[in-house]
Amino acid sequence: MSFFLDIFTVAAVSAGAFFFLAGSVGLLRFPDALSRLHALTKADNLGLGLVMLGLLPRADGLLAALKLVFVWLLVLLASAMVSQMVARVARRGGSPS
Amino acid sequence: MTIASALALILALLLVAIAAWTIAARQTFAAVVGFVAYGLLLSIGWVALSAIDVALTEAAIGSGLTGVLLIGAAARLRTTEAALSAERPGAPLRWLAAAASVAVAGAIAIGVLSLPDPAPTLAPAVAEHLPSIGLGNAVTAVLLAYRGIDTLLESIVVVFALIGVWSLAPDHLWGGYPGPRQYADPNGILAYLARVLPPIGIIVGLYIFWVGADLPGGKFQGATILAAMWLLAIMAGLADAPPISRTWLRILLVAGPLLFIAIGFAGALTAGAVLAYPDGYAKLLIKVIEAALVPTLTLTLALLVAGAPERTAPP
Repeated sequence: MSFFLDIFTVAAVSAGAFFFLAGSVGLLRFPDALSRLHALTKADNLGLGLVMLGLLPRADGLLAALKLVFVWLLVLLASAMVSQMVARVARRGGSPS
Repeated sequence: MTIASALALILALLLVAIAAWTIAARQTFAAVVGFVAYGLLLSIGWVALSAIDVALTEAAIGSGLTGVLLIGAAARLRTTEAALSAERPGAPLRWLAAAASVAVAGAIAIGVLSLPDPAPTLAPAVAEHLPSIGLGNAVTAVLLAYRGIDTLLESIVVVFALIGVWSLAPDHLWGGYPGPRQYADPNGILAYLARVLPPIGIIVGLYIFWVGADLPGGKFQGATILAAMWLLAIMAGLADAPPISRTWLRILLVAGPLLFIAIGFAGALTAGAVLAYPDGYAKLLIKVIEAALVPTLTLTLALLVAGAPERTAPP
């Protein structure tokens, strides 16, 4: 059982790391602010979500697992809000290149 | 080389690289962004060293609060920045500054590298006497029991910093509202966040203050989170900072340090030394001091960001 959980953790955290890598590449390579934001929020939402999912079986009891989920939800909220605000500034033409 | 030491090496190289970039960046705003990223990476470094208390403080104060203050400063400097960066100091001055920096860094490096191994430490003595204080978190015990005078001066110095910021106000605005009145779309995303996040943030901030007795956390970190929630409501236009002439505000600003001083001097009578606690009451008194410091620190940190008075006081 623990062997399969280990496999699950490694697979999910690796997939999460891949999304962070893809998001970082997108942030550096995409042409304008809006598509860069798109790449960045993918890293936050999917990447961190997969890392969190992979770490769930290793959490120290139910409370610690809930804290992990809660951290992810807070980051989701923050990244969604901040990207909206950055996008609004970018649309008004305030984007610094 | 193990994976852990390889990760530590990568982290250290990243820290040095981003520190160098922060110094080399030509634009003030870019340098501030570099400084914030440096602080966040540094707090990961403290976590790697198992110093969670330091990591929390670095993330909250070193990176978060200082970062906000520096962004505000950079925004104010924007109009004069082009003129200032045009006049570069001459080559001799720059070489002198570089030589002085290298000398200081070198002296620190020699000092750290020539420490005896194992380094001299009081950690076993602290751990041995921890049960007599009644706290589970050795960092809180050191800060409030063994080095109480440092923490006392620290809590006074932030109030002095706030007085320094306030004293930048012109005479006719003295006693007025700090900073400009913020307006945001009441149905917009910022106002939404300022309604959803504070209930969560206030609980997390109070929890981090309360849990500091036994686990990593404490008044400074908790107060920073509480101050951030207040600032969020202010920036979304849902609340306004109080005019600095308010009596309740001034009482709360000095209440924490005053109570600390009072309990400290009471220790001279009850426990035989200033800032000592009588047997059996150490944990209670420490929590009372921390609880009194939380409102003081929350107000001080938030009003530091809000800035000098810019609107006239109400009649």
